Amino acid sequence: MFIRQEWIERNAILLLVMTLITISVGGIVEIVPLFTIETTVEHVKGVRPYSPLEELGRDIYVREGCYLCHSQQIRALKDEVERYGHYSLAAESMYDHPFQWGSKRTGPDLARVGGKYSNDWQYAHLINPRALVPESLMPTYAFLAETPADLDTVAMRMRDLRRVGVPYTDEQIANARADAEAQANPQADPAELAKRYPKAVQASGDGRVVTELDALVAYLQVLGTMVDFADTSTEKLQQ
Amino acid sequence: MSDAALHPGAMAVRAPVDYNMAVVRKFTIAAMFWGVVAFLVGVYLAAELSWPALNLGYSFTNFGRLRPVHTSAAIFAFGGSALFGTSFYVVQRTCRARLWGGEALADFVFWGYQFFIVMAALSYVMGFSQSQEYAEPEWHLDVFLTLVWVAYAAIFLGTLLKREESHIYVANWFYLAFILTIAVLHIVNNMAVPVSIYMAKSYSVYSGVQNALIQWWYGHNAVGFFLTAGFLGMMYYFIPKQANRPVYSYRLSVVHFWALSFTYIWAGPHHLHYTSLPDWTQTLGMVFSVILWMPSWGGMINGLMTLSGAWDKLRTDPALRFSVTAVGFYGMSTFEGPMMSIRDVNALSHYTDWTIGHVHSGALGWVAFISFGAIYYMVPLLWNRSGLYSTKLVAWHYWIATLGIVFYITAMWVAGIMQGLMWRAYDQFGFLQYSFVESVSAMHPYYVIRMLGGVMFLTGALIMVFNLVMTVRSPSTDTKAARDDGAALPAGLAVAGE
Repeated sequence: MFIRQEWIERNAILLLVMTLITISVGGIVEIVPLFTIETTVEHVKGVRPYSPLEELGRDIYVREGCYLCHSQQIRALKDEVERYGHYSLAAESMYDHPFQWGSKRTGPDLARVGGKYSNDWQYAHLINPRALVPESLMPTYAFLAETPADLDTVAMRMRDLRRVGVPYTDEQIANARADAEAQANPQADPAELAKRYPKAVQASGDGRVVTELDALVAYLQVLGTMVDFADTSTEKLQQ
Repeated sequence: MSDAALHPGAMAVRAPVDYNMAVVRKFTIAAMFWGVVAFLVGVYLAAELSWPALNLGYSFTNFGRLRPVHTSAAIFAFGGSALFGTSFYVVQRTCRARLWGGEALADFVFWGYQFFIVMAALSYVMGFSQSQEYAEPEWHLDVFLTLVWVAYAAIFLGTLLKREESHIYVANWFYLAFILTIAVLHIVNNMAVPVSIYMAKSYSVYSGVQNALIQWWYGHNAVGFFLTAGFLGMMYYFIPKQANRPVYSYRLSVVHFWALSFTYIWAGPHHLHYTSLPDWTQTLGMVFSVILWMPSWGGMINGLMTLSGAWDKLRTDPALRFSVTAVGFYGMSTFEGPMMSIRDVNALSHYTDWTIGHVHSGALGWVAFISFGAIYYMVPLLWNRSGLYSTKLVAWHYWIATLGIVFYITAMWVAGIMQGLMWRAYDQFGFLQYSFVESVSAMHPYYVIRMLGGVMFLTGALIMVFNLVMTVRSPSTDTKAARDDGAALPAGLAVAGE
């Protein structure tokens, strides 16, 4: 040995430095290539940044700790693909700051819950899960229906996301509030919204106050729906 | 092991050192307080999962907001206070040096850390969370914790540097690795840009797959270095002390330390099997997790074999029973972990309650038990009492808590494996046999048993608190000699061996 244990354990600084080197190797070898290997995130069409209302809904999902019971990551296993749909792609969470893959399924996976249920079902279920699913263990989220969504900060949030790498355009940020209001209100014309955010689903708000519940439903309804799987193939998804 | 170490009387008696034990006493009280809080919140959460009406419909009582309170209280508040307290106790005695930096800095670390814990818990229930497991506090609390941590590291390293023993005792290697690695993990994983300097909301600079790996590199090594390396430091000091025997093998402890530190860091990707993480990373994580079994069991053997020639003490010293059982649970969890990290096993166990059971056999059986053993040992010394108020109550605590853990983990094994099998079951026509919600309702009896296990563990902790309070209230034996028993037995050499 070039460096002897008896030197190390007599010299606190040497012990510190050797320990630092020892614990650094594994992390560097595993983490750095994920940023440099180009195929880590697959090239697929359709993944876009969240619309302002979806992003507000996502922030509520993060705030309430939904990830503690719901995963957003369908593993490449036969039964999971049959139960939930196509296995999750890395590309699908590339704009997720932070990722919400989760680690526990007390409730079902939500990676492709978008479009699986109607807006009405989602509203009723979030307000009182056991009214629709008697065996459910989920808490009630009726208070979201009484809380206005934080439209004042949505543009700030999008600017911040742009700083960490989400490609929001100036136009998208300038129209953040208007887009959020249009997406929450089923009476509003969604043409502008659909242009900026394809496949965005309008929530079923009352057209007066945009609530946190509207935002959360808009977010849930877009989950897993962005990628056009008809346009891709297994070879293209190779990492 | 030198002859002088086994026969301390043969050594020249050196002048006693005036250790800073006040801060150790504070951390000991904090550890017991937060332990009870963590177990209580855990029991409540278990009840919520058994009877969801207990979520009460308020935002701040919902499972999603309370669960980080439980995990942070258990890991960072209870485990952290126990680690800070014992590390300050051990580093002073094995270095024969008073804490570096003076009382004020030590008090800053104590109050700063407690303030962080209270603020973190309040912020979760009020709805501020980064929603990354075990790294939930928002950016402003992360910055504050970094300050406290730097002060802690400075005190620990400063004390090592001014030591009067020539060798740094093995327990301190583990404590140092814990302090250093947690600093690295905390800073890298919490890189985030706040929405505004006035808002407790930030976005991680990482996203998606990179975020996932960095988070589980953090998460798994929070287990590896906070909940393992730190508590191994405890094992390497307190078990030799309680058994009054030297560490079984010095050579094994050297191998244990370096192999564990090197290998643990690689194991994170086993939390992401079959996900969108590239396969090569998953495979690396799996292979190193299996390798990790060896250093872990090396450490377990080193801890258990220290009892050689002193096994009879288990009959008379129930506090030692806690420490030894803890090492047993450590061995069990560090076998179960590598097994669960094998991809095909993980396909079944991931996302299920098996993981929850695995975590708790480590958290209750290893982390809490080794802390209980150390605290039972330290309290009479810290408060200058001749002994504990009641050894009988320690024995009661031991059996109630052990039985509680057994209830907990067996219920979770059954529940987890059942969930995994139900999710992948096909009927005779080739369709999935069960809807998801059928697996949810099948869990009810096991969730109730788990809660009862938790109640038992909590009851044990309350017995401990009562016993410790009565110990502190018993008459003092405050003589100079009692306070400085380190003078008669230089701990650094007494346990380290040469």
